[in-house]
Amino acid sequence: MTKGIVKGIIANLVTVAVDGPVSQNEICYITIGDTRLMAEVIKVTGDNVYVQVFESTRGLKVGNTVEFTGHMLEVTLGPGLLSRNYDGLQNDLDKMEGVFLRRGEYTYPLDEEKLWLFKPLAKVGDTVEAASWLGEVEENFQPHRIMVPFVMEGTYTVKSIVAEGEHKIHDVIAVITDKDGVDHEITMVQKWPVKKAITAYREKPRPFKLLETGVRTIDTANPIVEGGTGFIPGPFGTGKTVLQHAISKQAAADIVIMAACGERANEVVEIFVEFPELEDPHTGRKLMERTIIIANTSNMPVAAREASVYTAMTIAEYYRSMGLRVLLMADSTSRWAQALREMSNRLEELPGQDAFPMDLSAIIGAFYSRAGYVYLKNGKSGSITFIGTVSPAGGNLKEPVTEGTKKAARCFYALEQNRADRKRYPAVNPIDSYSKYIEYPEFADYVKDILGADWIGKVNHLKTILQRGKEIQEQINILGDDGVPVDYHETFWKSEVIDFVILQQDAFDAIDAVTPLDRQKYMMDIVIDIVDHDYDFDNFLDVIDYFKRVINICKQMNYSEYHSEQFEKYVAQLKELLAEKQIVE
Amino acid sequence: MAKAFQKIYTQITAITKATCSLKAEGVGNDELATVNGKLAQVVKIVGDEITLQVFEGTEGVPTNAEVIFLGKAPTLKVSDQLAGRFFNAYGDPIDGGPEIEGEEVEIGGPSVNPVRRKQPSELIATGIAGIDLNNTLVSGQKIPFFADPDQPYNQVMANVALRAKADKIILGGMGLTNDDYLYFKNVFSNAGVLDRIVSFVNTTENPPVERLLIPDMALTAAEYFAVAKNEKVLVLLTDMTLYADALAIVSNRMDQIPSKDSMPGSLYSDLAKIYEKAVQFPAGGSITIIAVTTLSGGDITHAIPDNTGYITEGQLYLRRDSDIGKVIIDPFRSLSRLKQLAQGKKTREDHPQVMNASVRLYADAANAKTKLENGFDLTNYDERCLAFAKDYSDKILAIDVNIDTTQMLDTAWQLFAKHFKPEEVNIKQNLVDKYWVK
Repeated sequence: MTKGIVKGIIANLVTVAVDGPVSQNEICYITIGDTRLMAEVIKVTGDNVYVQVFESTRGLKVGNTVEFTGHMLEVTLGPGLLSRNYDGLQNDLDKMEGVFLRRGEYTYPLDEEKLWLFKPLAKVGDTVEAASWLGEVEENFQPHRIMVPFVMEGTYTVKSIVAEGEHKIHDVIAVITDKDGVDHEITMVQKWPVKKAITAYREKPRPFKLLETGVRTIDTANPIVEGGTGFIPGPFGTGKTVLQHAISKQAAADIVIMAACGERANEVVEIFVEFPELEDPHTGRKLMERTIIIANTSNMPVAAREASVYTAMTIAEYYRSMGLRVLLMADSTSRWAQALREMSNRLEELPGQDAFPMDLSAIIGAFYSRAGYVYLKNGKSGSITFIGTVSPAGGNLKEPVTEGTKKAARCFYALEQNRADRKRYPAVNPIDSYSKYIEYPEFADYVKDILGADWIGKVNHLKTILQRGKEIQEQINILGDDGVPVDYHETFWKSEVIDFVILQQDAFDAIDAVTPLDRQKYMMDIVIDIVDHDYDFDNFLDVIDYFKRVINICKQMNYSEYHSEQFEKYVAQLKELLAEKQIVE
Repeated sequence: MAKAFQKIYTQITAITKATCSLKAEGVGNDELATVNGKLAQVVKIVGDEITLQVFEGTEGVPTNAEVIFLGKAPTLKVSDQLAGRFFNAYGDPIDGGPEIEGEEVEIGGPSVNPVRRKQPSELIATGIAGIDLNNTLVSGQKIPFFADPDQPYNQVMANVALRAKADKIILGGMGLTNDDYLYFKNVFSNAGVLDRIVSFVNTTENPPVERLLIPDMALTAAEYFAVAKNEKVLVLLTDMTLYADALAIVSNRMDQIPSKDSMPGSLYSDLAKIYEKAVQFPAGGSITIIAVTTLSGGDITHAIPDNTGYITEGQLYLRRDSDIGKVIIDPFRSLSRLKQLAQGKKTREDHPQVMNASVRLYADAANAKTKLENGFDLTNYDERCLAFAKDYSDKILAIDVNIDTTQMLDTAWQLFAKHFKPEEVNIKQNLVDKYWVK
């Protein structure tokens, strides 16, 4: 292997003189005292190899030795990834000793001693290729397929496979023979370089299956789909993280991977504390059983922050290849972009807008494109739904990261300062936000069986009223309450009903926090009934007073157990109240 | 300071306002050096060319200055002797007292493993409703005041520090005016709590680049008390804007490409390294950080408050309420992100809903005020909101009101009943049934 010595140091950018070939993105280790610091090649000019170190470089000296490894940054894939807490380089944080992180401490991501009950799926003589399912083990009550490693090219024949029985991850579970008659031993573990997409599937159609999140402003107003992409930009304090946590707790996914990328450590701690206790609303099992956390918090090394989102995506692709529905959340992709900017600055590259690297938009686009719904080669399907948050500098949505992401993601959930200030949570702006999926005919086809044939028509109807309500509010602000006709007030308050009853949701109330689809459908019909009627009012004060009462009853319904006695009591109250003023034709 | 075996270099090849360069060998990154007795730190190594950041500035540094490398990163000696003492940015006493004896530890040490952190949950009571009722703080949290330079942020912070029941209060003063430094010293002495205080102070009389050491010094001392002694430590950092300005000076002198607002591209990471030292340790000790970020003309989109807002767990704004002529903590823009860890759990069950309802009604009052200013008629509800807002500011929000959270909640219910009907406050029925004042 190639060796080198340190020639220069600026923060975590180190220049190395080498004695042999190196490749771009190759991993190397710099020896300092008793420890070895992991680093990645990011630029080569002549004899100078520039590496970014994934650790603090304090005390590093010219002349320290460097060993290259011959491979890029890889993750280790195998059973036992679920429920673990990794750093951005896939070190198991729980295996590390002491309260403080120690520089140069790397831990193996899987349990090497645990016995797994392996059940073969392939038979001797079967023809297999990369990602073919050879067998499966049960991981946290879900099937975990053992596959032909993704790096293997061409087709192979299964020469032998072990019978059902208990095995450790490094045990050989099958031998497959290539075209030249060479045997390859397969274990339950494989490795894959994080910056390359895993494409061992047959095709990637447009995604179309509604992904239930239990968040009304998403599912009802701007739905996301299995294999879809979305992003949540918002100034600080508008509830990005609360919304993201809500989605990750409630979404109908088999696997949830959370990449905490350059964000607050206490937010990750919240997940550590809550997820082992909370239940998956769809299976009743503990949330942590389906979750993997990649924690590279803001005080951890910057270079590893960039790696963390790739590590998370690669693990997601691994589970998608097993035919599972994966939800990947990254909070926040802006921190990842800033990590790119820091390195680009140190490399003295010519900067693009706001000093970000010129190719930022392309990097973001390439990353989002790794998500998606796929048909595997065995005909099964799998998906990665990716939702990233963006922290726009100064709350300005015209900055490079937001703009780059807008080109790549299909759903846009714009968090708005003004809504947050008025405590209208989730502060997703109902008019600026969009879901492109709602325009897909495949999607319309899919939801008509679950939510009714005219569902999309209803959604668009509500949006029109919201838009109209906003326009009227502006007019009232200019002309005064008396300056507009009474029916303007009526329309405005109808838009307020939609806002308060459907869009606003209390993430900290046990019942209101999660609304299943059938309940969303029920509330949609109630709200449609309210907004589609005309009312009999003499003056605008009556309008305000009346609709406040309507909203109050509907909110009490949202806080009550669905179809409970209390809930039905409010339904009856609402009926009575509506009968008072609705004009029946 | 030189020892016999240390090599002395005397050929400086380049000098800028904040840095100087020379050829030297065997030098480690981040290592300290002295340049004609001035403390400096290695910030760049290219082959045998070393660039040093000179903390005091390079005024008067000659090209033949004596440069001695100290073989270590900046350190602080930690022990119980720190308590009650005042230090400069290098950790040297400035109060005339003796040198500290204790273990010498490198400042800016490693991060806490996130899986070893405990979730913050202990209430920090301040008696100020703008904090305790609306933006409850918990130990292990980090939160700044976003304040205009003319607002009394240092006074409010000193008040919070004294009322909060912390075992140690560590003051990190960056670019403090001498007057403010003496203010803190007097307030702490008069309150008789000097033995709980440790101060690291860089005043406007000291060179700006020295400030870069202050937060790490203060937090190294905090870690000693929180880890070795399991104490609840409160760290006050004022003013972080001046710290960031010093970062910009150094990066500018090193020819780095500036990003937004002339700040270095690494500003987010630099600030996060400091604020993320706030932690609840598993053994019971904790570090809570309350900082000040001064704004320029109230602009929170500037890179410094903007990056800070994304790092800290909320922010507090001060505002003068013209109705009552007193300073309040602005209920609209202020936010404590960790409040739900204490509200209704460490405080009474009705806390979250009462807080939300009062802020909502206060917002309605603000709308009514706008209507009034624009010459529109007010409805009866508008009038009642305005009356409520005035009571609310006066009896609860004003910063000189000092009552506990239960009293704040009781007062809020009284004001609800005085001005509104139950269905107008939008609170869960079971709480209305229990607490509505009939």
